[in-house]
Amino acid sequence: MATIEPMLEEIVYSRPESLTDAATHYCPGCTHGVAHRLIAEVIDEMGLREKMIGVASVGCSVFAYNYLNFDWVQAPHGRAPAMATGVKRVLPDKMVMTYQGDGDMASIGMGEIVHAAARGENITVFFLNNANYGMTGGQMAPTTLPGQKTTSSPTGRDVENAGFPIRASELLSTLDGSSYIVRRSLHDAKNIRLAKKAIRMAFETQLRGLGFSMIEMLSSCPTNWGVDPNQALAWVAEKMVPYYPLGDYKISEAVKQIRI
Amino acid sequence: MARELIKGNEAIAEAAIRAGLHAYFGYPITPQTELLEWMSRRMPELGRAFVQAESELGAINMVYGAACAGARVMTSSSGPGVSLMMEGISYIVGTEVPAVLVDVMRGGPGLGNISPAQSDYNQIVHGGGHGDYNLIVLAPSSVQEAIDLTVECFDLAEKYRTMAVLLLDGSLGQMMEPAELPPMMPVRETFPAWAATGAVGRKPNILSSIHLNPPDQEVTNLHMLQRWQTVEANEVRVKEYYMEDARFVVVGYGSAGRVALSAVRAARAEGIPVGLLRPISLNPFPSNMISKLADRVEAFLVTEMSTGQMLEDVRLAVAHRRPVEFYGRVGGIVPFPDEILEEIRRLAKGPLTLEGHPRNRWLARMTGAN
Repeated sequence: MATIEPMLEEIVYSRPESLTDAATHYCPGCTHGVAHRLIAEVIDEMGLREKMIGVASVGCSVFAYNYLNFDWVQAPHGRAPAMATGVKRVLPDKMVMTYQGDGDMASIGMGEIVHAAARGENITVFFLNNANYGMTGGQMAPTTLPGQKTTSSPTGRDVENAGFPIRASELLSTLDGSSYIVRRSLHDAKNIRLAKKAIRMAFETQLRGLGFSMIEMLSSCPTNWGVDPNQALAWVAEKMVPYYPLGDYKISEAVKQIRI
Repeated sequence: MARELIKGNEAIAEAAIRAGLHAYFGYPITPQTELLEWMSRRMPELGRAFVQAESELGAINMVYGAACAGARVMTSSSGPGVSLMMEGISYIVGTEVPAVLVDVMRGGPGLGNISPAQSDYNQIVHGGGHGDYNLIVLAPSSVQEAIDLTVECFDLAEKYRTMAVLLLDGSLGQMMEPAELPPMMPVRETFPAWAATGAVGRKPNILSSIHLNPPDQEVTNLHMLQRWQTVEANEVRVKEYYMEDARFVVVGYGSAGRVALSAVRAARAEGIPVGLLRPISLNPFPSNMISKLADRVEAFLVTEMSTGQMLEDVRLAVAHRRPVEFYGRVGGIVPFPDEILEEIRRLAKGPLTLEGHPRNRWLARMTGAN
């Protein structure tokens, strides 16, 4: 009988220390899990877990602290950038990140995010854009596409009545205080890899004290969109990416000098 | 340390700094703006955190963040701004983290005006934010007392892991008086074990006010109420004047209490056996003390710069055993001692009644409706 030498085994994939072993409450096919994993991998790779303080938001990611294994505080709806400011100003040597959805950040929290960016707060914001309010059951968000049906735009978003979607990355990149603002997508492997590189850059920006960093991640919401997971990923690629073009919206001169 | 002439708002700011304040976050609003301005100069020169926030919503949530990190932190505002802060106040208390708020009250409701008033009593003492909670509320009546109580607010907030509020009207914030500031304390270099400071060699600390499972929320609320009972048992503060032989008692806090003291002195000169009870802790309220007084005095006069908000707490303590009368000036008007003296004379002269509501009688007198 052949025996396998233990020496020959090599672990190539495991759970990052920054990710707990809890089963998430996220729906099948939701990309929050992908985003969590990417953030956890980068934190592990950079050795930042014991320095990190997360600021959770209100929405589907309200329980992010159950899945990401470091210190957390929980902000009221939309207020995560203000709360992160409070944490960072008294603990400037620690790392502070917020994790917010599009309803939280681009609607009720628009004041807080704009001014955190304008101040050049040395924090990192993860902005998950899935074009609707997921937690409350799929209502129209500021990011809902024109014509997109939601539970509060049942005949499709009518821009005559409800106005137009907000492109947060473009908007925040106009502020002198912002240092690193990019939009990525989580709909396929290539884009997920690009998102991970951006997460690294955002944390490197903060680690060097270079100011405000934000990564927008286009995300799927199959349950509330009423489609299966594959269809949801295709919808991100076909509908969301054309309206929310992927790319780098702000990379300050100082951030451009970062060599990893 | 020598006494110096100092403005109320600036005295509070400097007292907080000397109490080891680590971070201040605020937003301009009259009549507290000098407090923010003082902080904007002093905090950076001491290497401490100062941010002028984009709104009171921003300010209170910056306070919430710094409080979760275990820092000594405060904000200040006035009625309309404090209303905006109510969301964050509820979260701070629900998360059981310490923080200090200074509310320099102005005339309201709505935009109202920037003159002194005491009309935030209900929103501060009886809630204003959502959920079951209590704030520790202290009310000074002089610049010196404002200094002393500011320091005490930090100690109480941290002792009971809740929010402590210094509640004063705009005239106290704006007036200059000789006062002595406390010695300078440095910012604390250690953080409490429960704080979110980075999980070095320990399990993560998670600071949240969420309890999705209703029984967990119930347990939390009952636990917070038990802690509040400890506050009620230990932290009631009042100042009594001419009370030993008093047959009539004026109850007033802050500036209204201070004006009432002049009236009480004048009434004593006329031979009226009247005393003044000035609550310093509005929450916990000196209910037991007032209840006991109702056993031995003839009647009460409540005086406030509102339409009678603390009045209801006095009435509850007196419980219809003695007549309670009310005199208020509202909308940004401070009463003169003569007006309160006239009310004291009326009280002493009688006849008084246990029927009806004192607010209605006062309103009829104010508007000439009877």
